[in-house]
Amino acid sequence: MTTSDAFISIRSVSKFFGGFRAIDDVSLDIGQGEFFSLLGASGCGKTTLLRMLAGFESTSSGEIFIDGQPMSEVPPHRRPVNMVFQSYAIFPHLNVQDNIAYGLRKQKLPVARRLEMVEEMLDLIKLSGYGSRKANELSGGQRQRIALARALILRPKVLLLDEPLGALDKQLREQMQLELRALQRQVGITFVFVTHDQEEALTLSDRIAVMSGGRVLQVDTPAGLYEMPKTREVASFIGNMNFFRGTVRRNGSAMAAVETEGLGTIPIPVEQITKPDGAPVQVALRPEKFALSATRPDGTLAVEGRLRTAAYLGERSHFYVSIEGKAEPVAVSTPNISRGLDRADSQSGQALWLSWSPDAIVILDTD
Amino acid sequence: MAETSLSKSRTARGAPRAFGARLTRYLRRSETARGYLLMSPTLLIMTIGIVVPFIILLVISMWTRQGFSFDTTLTLANYARAWNEPIYGALLARSFWISGVATVATVALCYPMAYYVAFHVHRNKMMWLILMTLPFWTSYLLRVFAWKVILGYEGVINSGLSAVGLIDAPLAFLLYSPSAVIITLAHAWAAFAILPLYVSLEKIDKSLLEAATDLGDGPVARFLRITLPLSMPGIIAASFLIFIPTTGDYITPALLGGPDGAMIGNLIQVQFGAVNNWPMGATLSIVLMLWIAALALAFLLVTCKVQERIA
Repeated sequence: MTTSDAFISIRSVSKFFGGFRAIDDVSLDIGQGEFFSLLGASGCGKTTLLRMLAGFESTSSGEIFIDGQPMSEVPPHRRPVNMVFQSYAIFPHLNVQDNIAYGLRKQKLPVARRLEMVEEMLDLIKLSGYGSRKANELSGGQRQRIALARALILRPKVLLLDEPLGALDKQLREQMQLELRALQRQVGITFVFVTHDQEEALTLSDRIAVMSGGRVLQVDTPAGLYEMPKTREVASFIGNMNFFRGTVRRNGSAMAAVETEGLGTIPIPVEQITKPDGAPVQVALRPEKFALSATRPDGTLAVEGRLRTAAYLGERSHFYVSIEGKAEPVAVSTPNISRGLDRADSQSGQALWLSWSPDAIVILDTD
Repeated sequence: MAETSLSKSRTARGAPRAFGARLTRYLRRSETARGYLLMSPTLLIMTIGIVVPFIILLVISMWTRQGFSFDTTLTLANYARAWNEPIYGALLARSFWISGVATVATVALCYPMAYYVAFHVHRNKMMWLILMTLPFWTSYLLRVFAWKVILGYEGVINSGLSAVGLIDAPLAFLLYSPSAVIITLAHAWAAFAILPLYVSLEKIDKSLLEAATDLGDGPVARFLRITLPLSMPGIIAASFLIFIPTTGDYITPALLGGPDGAMIGNLIQVQFGAVNNWPMGATLSIVLMLWIAALALAFLLVTCKVQERIA
């Protein structure tokens, strides 16, 4: 994505709280209609960045553009964005209908039209008939939807969501994720979504920015982030990952390989690696990319190991396998296609073979 | 109460141990009974200290004065007098006017202070509140006298203004006037306004203010639509806390009010003192009480209506 067609453009933005650097030179482009997530552990700066988009925090340096307009001089109540707060911030002295219509007051609409719009929103969030309920008569999920409706009724160019599902229980959260995603497609508004839950970010987003220490580590699609993390930090934040130290081996320009501790020499397509011969690299492999077998499988890369521990998790099982040349055991995750953990090779100390396909490996920038 | 005594009389016939056990079981089961048990000391004091004296007052108000003693036949003659003689109505109206203005002034002046501490002070909030209630650490009488010194004929304001050359003769209207009473009451009761206002403002979730801003409200609209309605309980509490006691106040008007600043409290005091017409004093007290109740009710209704309108 280039700067020119970016709908939200964050240009070299930093934010200091006293001497603390909350946001460290962040540049991001978000496209129109995109479901974009800011993902990171608490304190990584994701909420600060969101609040800067809303206008509740000023930028210490840099500029934010929304739809081509610089935002630094625009106060929060004049920005073309609306926010869904983590606490939902439902006005306790107003009923559902007045909460949803709150922002319409400025538009000086006839009362009938306003009610009609509120009814449409109630319909959209599947709460028709709840208009006269008081805020304290609502459940968490209902409050969340009303906060959403209250923002969406204003047709903002961008909807900002600050961990809106964090307070819900697991089942409701999963249901709301689906609804949120469907709603976003339906209304076509750009969503910027803050979460610390990587699974939620993967499920919902078109693209995700992984943040840490006020910086953006990587911006990519969910699959891109999961399958091709650039750094060890990103790789370990999203899902589980096995890391191996390796050395680049080049043989002219046709072939390249990585000599990896424990896994031997793995051939790599030349274009995947820019490092010169002999350079140290980090090699990463997801636990589910390994296959386990009792005997050496034919035709794939494989290495023999010894089972340390096995855990049955229902839909899948986790194994920790020691291999020669690597101190920590390798984590392996396999789907339980057959019933239960009834494998003959699941006893501790059992010898077994690990195999993987060479295109499953990830070469990380060393850090 | 009725439930507890009923269960007691039913269980009293049994063995004492069984009675204790049954009472415990009853209390565990019935939330109402537990509530009354918790309230009972207060309830006792309320009965002895308020209900009984009130009944006495009510009875006295229906007596009449006969020379130096009281005729104890019950009659509503005093109430008829209070209704018909214009002096009582006039004093009552002036009392409500003075304490009404003092209440409005106090709440209006204290609101910004409470607002500031609630929203803009982040450290040592307690210290700020204590500093604001500092005047309360001295006696009420002392504070009233202090205002006498400030507002007096040769007081701080007059001598200051004439020293600067702004006035030739001292301003006479400062002391011994309704405005002197209003100023003094507003200052003396400030702490009663600041604390409830502060509590109600402090309770407002800051994200509600951000949400209102986010939904397009500027600072003024946000204040009128969110902060003010949500702090209404504090405003109502502060208004009641000031209006009710100041209406019947007699120290401040006696010391600072002069002839034009006298209030109903002064008249009641005189009835129980120099005039020695206790029945009339009691009548006026009850009339005052009824009026305050009516005004408080009207005030509550109006604020409810206004709140609905704002929403």
